[in-house]
Amino acid sequence: MTIARGQIASAGPVPALVEQFKGGLAAPICLTWEWTYACNLSCTHCLSSSGRRDPAELTTEQMRSVIDELRAMQVFYVNVGGGEPTVRPDFWELLDYAVASGVGVKFSTNGLRLDAGRARRLAATDYVDVQISLDGATADVNDAVRGDGSYAMALRAMENLAEAGLANFKISVVMTRHNVPQLDEFAALANRFGAQLRITRLRPSGRGADVWPELHPTDSQQREIYSWLTEHGDQVLTGDSFFHLNALGGSPLPGLNLCGAGRVVCLIDPVGDVYACPFAIHEAFKAGTVRAPGGFARVWRSAPLFAELRTETSGGACRSCSEYSACQGGCMAAKFFTGLPLDGPDPECVKGHGASALAAVGGAPPRTGPDHSHRGREVPLGMPSVRVPARVRVPAKVRVPAKLCDSSPLAATS
Amino acid sequence: MQQDIRADAALTDAAGPGADDPEITGELLVEEVSIDGMCGVY
Amino acid sequence: MTTAFEPGRGYRLNPAVALRPEPFGALAYHFGNRRLSFLKAPGLVELVRGLGSYRCVSDALAAVPDGRRGAYLRALASLAAADMIVPQQARSEVT
Repeated sequence: MTIARGQIASAGPVPALVEQFKGGLAAPICLTWEWTYACNLSCTHCLSSSGRRDPAELTTEQMRSVIDELRAMQVFYVNVGGGEPTVRPDFWELLDYAVASGVGVKFSTNGLRLDAGRARRLAATDYVDVQISLDGATADVNDAVRGDGSYAMALRAMENLAEAGLANFKISVVMTRHNVPQLDEFAALANRFGAQLRITRLRPSGRGADVWPELHPTDSQQREIYSWLTEHGDQVLTGDSFFHLNALGGSPLPGLNLCGAGRVVCLIDPVGDVYACPFAIHEAFKAGTVRAPGGFARVWRSAPLFAELRTETSGGACRSCSEYSACQGGCMAAKFFTGLPLDGPDPECVKGHGASALAAVGGAPPRTGPDHSHRGREVPLGMPSVRVPARVRVPAKVRVPAKLCDSSPLAATS
Repeated sequence: MQQDIRADAALTDAAGPGADDPEITGELLVEEVSIDGMCGVY
Repeated sequence: MTTAFEPGRGYRLNPAVALRPEPFGALAYHFGNRRLSFLKAPGLVELVRGLGSYRCVSDALAAVPDGRRGAYLRALASLAAADMIVPQQARSEVT
């Protein structure tokens, strides 16, 4: 017997997903939440310039409040990182609280605290996923970027996770000039531990700005990454970070293939500031703070920055390029931190438009705002010419351009 | 089962002339995306 | 493990799935297999929510306007394939 349910509304043709983000989503789909700026390592390319804890980091109580908010907003899961999140003494308590509240957690770690006992506990916990960071399939390549002993630490953690039966944990690699040749070895490593390989794009964010010119993949290596993903990438995750390579043609890589900043993703940092994306920790991309009335929910729904990002962009200078629909103009953060205008090509534009644009950039590009790097500790890249230069401090008050795309990244500071 | 097949056929028949309007039935109302398929997550 | 989708059977939203309303319809996230689906029509969302109270899918679709039934049926089939909707328990299986 059919129960009358009333007229089910019939709408017109369904618009593309991109169109539908204009109205904003009820909650982010993939939220990144950095739990601390403290870290036991000093990776050369750290996107959050982590190392030292910030005195204003959210307390355990404040963290629990944010978790309560996320549950109320029905955030499905959150990517927890840092710094090294397990450095927080309350890490395990907060992890348990989150999953008990129905908020799934995937946390990124360098493996510091993942001994056999912890691994067993994690394997027995539902709704937890673990991601081990690794940037070389061999110790020499990895440790050049992440520091002596970091490879061994990561491998130990992987062994413990595999031994404990935590299936399908992630091994996440940032692709660099030195590890692109190791793609097959990374895949083998993942197979060995029953893990899933994830490769992501190096962005010139945080300390990454210092090493980006020497470390980012060459044009030829970008093509290598793209064809490797096309051939072997069935089980390989990418966090949709290579959509700018879709302009190489052929079938688009899986994923939404567009910049998610402020639309489907955002970042909550250790002191409670909300940014459009973890690669864009800068005043220009700061949407608000969870400490303000209305908390995170109000920032996500009403921040002017997010409203602007959710407006479909015109494409600017890229509009006339034949590949624009494939690459969508690339990565906002990559452009911003290399000093390129946001309405122009990505610095790694596969058509070469970015390279010519970079040549025209005068002066120093913007720097990631807060710098929590360890003092006096550098990880030499092993290349004699590279020593991290003295940092150009970004003044505390950086004027936010009225429209992100129509002012120079060197917009005057007040 | 026979009953189900008949029900299906009946459904199609009962749907009427508008049932296979290409403009409407051509669309995909469910789109699956990998939870890892959004950019802006490290 | 999913068997072939049969509109003559009763289905319901999998309890492991969270359905979050959105301006365009809803997001469905399966906490078990971590699959994520966009349901791009509010009518479809309403259908999925109420699916469990119908004897079978065909009955549920009777309330849907003619022109949409094909698309909704296909949508339900793909949700079943993703384990987002599952067959209702047979009475004899209820513990």
